[in-house]
Amino acid sequence: MAGIPHDHYEPKSGFAKWLYSRLPVASLVHDALVIPTPKNLNWMWIWGIVLAFCLGLQIVTGIVLAMHYTPHVDMAFASIEHIMRDVNGGYMLRYLHMNGASLFFFAVYLHIFRGLYYGSYKAPREVTWIIGMLIYVLMMATAFMGYVLPWGQMSFWGATVITGFFGAIPGVGASIQTWLLGGPAVDNATLNRFFSLHYLLPFVIAALVAVHIWAFHTTGNNNPTGVEVRRTSKEEAAKDTVPFWPYYVIKDLFALTVILAIFFAVVGYMPNYLGHPDNYSVANPLSTPAHIVPEWYFLPFYAVLKAFTADVWAVQLVHFLSFGIVDAKLFGVLAMFGSIAVMAFAPWLDTSSVRSGRFRPKFKAWFWLLVIDFVVLMWAGSQTPSEMIAWISLIAATYWFAYFLVILPLLGVLEKPLPQPATIEDDFKSHYAPNPAE
Amino acid sequence: MIRKIAISAVSALVLTTGAAFAGEALQAEDIAFSFEGPFGTFDEHQLQRGLQIYTEVCAACHGLKYVPIRTLADEGGPHLPEDQVRAYAKAFPVLDEDANRAALYDVAKGEFRPLVPADKFPANTMMAAPDLSLMAKARAGFSGPHGLGTNQFFKGMGGAEHIYSVLVGYEENPACAPEGIDGFYYNKAFGNGGVPDSCKKDGVSTIEGSWIAMPPPLADDQVTFQDGTPATMHQMSEDVSAFLMWSAEPKLMARKEVAFKAVIFLTILASLLYLTNKRLWAGIKGRKHA
Repeated sequence: MAGIPHDHYEPKSGFAKWLYSRLPVASLVHDALVIPTPKNLNWMWIWGIVLAFCLGLQIVTGIVLAMHYTPHVDMAFASIEHIMRDVNGGYMLRYLHMNGASLFFFAVYLHIFRGLYYGSYKAPREVTWIIGMLIYVLMMATAFMGYVLPWGQMSFWGATVITGFFGAIPGVGASIQTWLLGGPAVDNATLNRFFSLHYLLPFVIAALVAVHIWAFHTTGNNNPTGVEVRRTSKEEAAKDTVPFWPYYVIKDLFALTVILAIFFAVVGYMPNYLGHPDNYSVANPLSTPAHIVPEWYFLPFYAVLKAFTADVWAVQLVHFLSFGIVDAKLFGVLAMFGSIAVMAFAPWLDTSSVRSGRFRPKFKAWFWLLVIDFVVLMWAGSQTPSEMIAWISLIAATYWFAYFLVILPLLGVLEKPLPQPATIEDDFKSHYAPNPAE
Repeated sequence: MIRKIAISAVSALVLTTGAAFAGEALQAEDIAFSFEGPFGTFDEHQLQRGLQIYTEVCAACHGLKYVPIRTLADEGGPHLPEDQVRAYAKAFPVLDEDANRAALYDVAKGEFRPLVPADKFPANTMMAAPDLSLMAKARAGFSGPHGLGTNQFFKGMGGAEHIYSVLVGYEENPACAPEGIDGFYYNKAFGNGGVPDSCKKDGVSTIEGSWIAMPPPLADDQVTFQDGTPATMHQMSEDVSAFLMWSAEPKLMARKEVAFKAVIFLTILASLLYLTNKRLWAGIKGRKHA
């Protein structure tokens, strides 16, 4: 395997040699633990561990919840109440799972923005980035289907709205929607398949996570300078890196524990803060809630969906040019999926030869504007539609696309980057005094 | 590092506050309930008074179909003695119209059996009155400021407060509609009801509240509390709201206890890991430049 040169596993005992020649599992674990990791990683590099923990938490709590849950329209809501009232510790399991989804998305957004700032998506890490984006899309699908399972009002109406997107596809849309729902409307067939897929997809995510880790263990981690670890020899590589165990294991565990302390405070003291009260009313197909909003982690993209109304000239132009095939609804849906897809192309849209945003003065400003833009979209997505909200959403959605499609390609040409350190070791020494023992 | 932590903290704050929802603002008077805050607990006596009000007044129209009667004996709830719970279940009226009455038919004896503690409260489908099991969680009374919902950090969701506000929110018809709506009652805290056109401007209501189908349910001295608490309308409204908070979240106290232990444990673990981490990296980092 390619990668940063380091000491490999040597089987010592008789049994270890016997096993090694048959299944080198100890070698796999050893290499994963001692893998040389840039020694200058900052606190934004902890989110990977938090995410791995979240996946484990969701799978473990989810498996136990599934033992007590009934995926039937007449019993789903009552079975959740059974979990909350009668199952031992059921209220904690359910609240951990519910808020675990929020922690998962909170961490993934910081993880993604970390990657965008430090250019972690750039060569040779494009595959890691693409796999990451696939994981993110699967996370959204899983979270959405999980939210339908309690069969509350927002579950039902959220499912109705989201599956309605597919109905916007010209020609075959209505058929696809019926096929997805298993009937003409959200009903028992929908609930059953969502439960089945909600149980399946996390394991697909787990497999992709393994590939994600495999990919960046092959290229090595990016780091805040964006300068690569020297690979000419083991000795030189060792000057830029520390082994993952114990240095990053302990650091990551410390960070994870702090985050979990906050997480447990939220779960224990305000478990419904991030939820929606309407979901404590059982689904009623005859009564539409006044205000259908998705969970907070979908809000930015929901705002993009709502931003492109029939009043927007670009929508009218596309409508005209496509001979009426692309109407405002389809445009909105395409924009929403496009706003997620455009991130996946960042490795080829960013033309700068400098990896880290730390050495790109102009990029920095545009990047932080993107972060603000994301928060503005999130807020706009939560608001009841009005003319002002429509304008804010439209401007913010436009910036989102402009950042990836215009600003990233142009900056690489127009910007004069700052000088970068020659090696990670140089950068590290400029921050920390040499070890007195050396 | 400090700068990065600061940035993380700020983004964390912004992300979470952006997370809140702008639902329709519901009226809720801020009441200092005993179960609020990290160490808040249910007041057993208040829950018992609330149960009495539910039984004598609300149960005529509203069900509690997700609440097992046996949980009235639970610690962290009304905590009634077991024999009282059995007697309570036996005496609880099951109306002919109740949805689960059929389930109570004893084929062998050819008669309807009375409720037992293992049963849930009947689902009352009379009058189309909503089930109250989860009402205190299905309404968020607090969602300010500006729809950000951050006041829930300090006040809680405000579900019980909203129920209280509706119960005490009945007033004379406002000047814009002195006749009101026939068969409905004006309530300044109830937001989901009808509003006459004379109280609307450009299709939007200009008054607080709306008209509700439920007649004013509580009046002074409607029940007699065994513990001698004066049964004023406000006292009763507060007690029954607290009871409905319990019925919606019966494990509230157990949950806060778990959270407290978890936070203490994780804080200690984090401190130890911090020291371990600092010591571990000292050999690599040496001293940090000023």
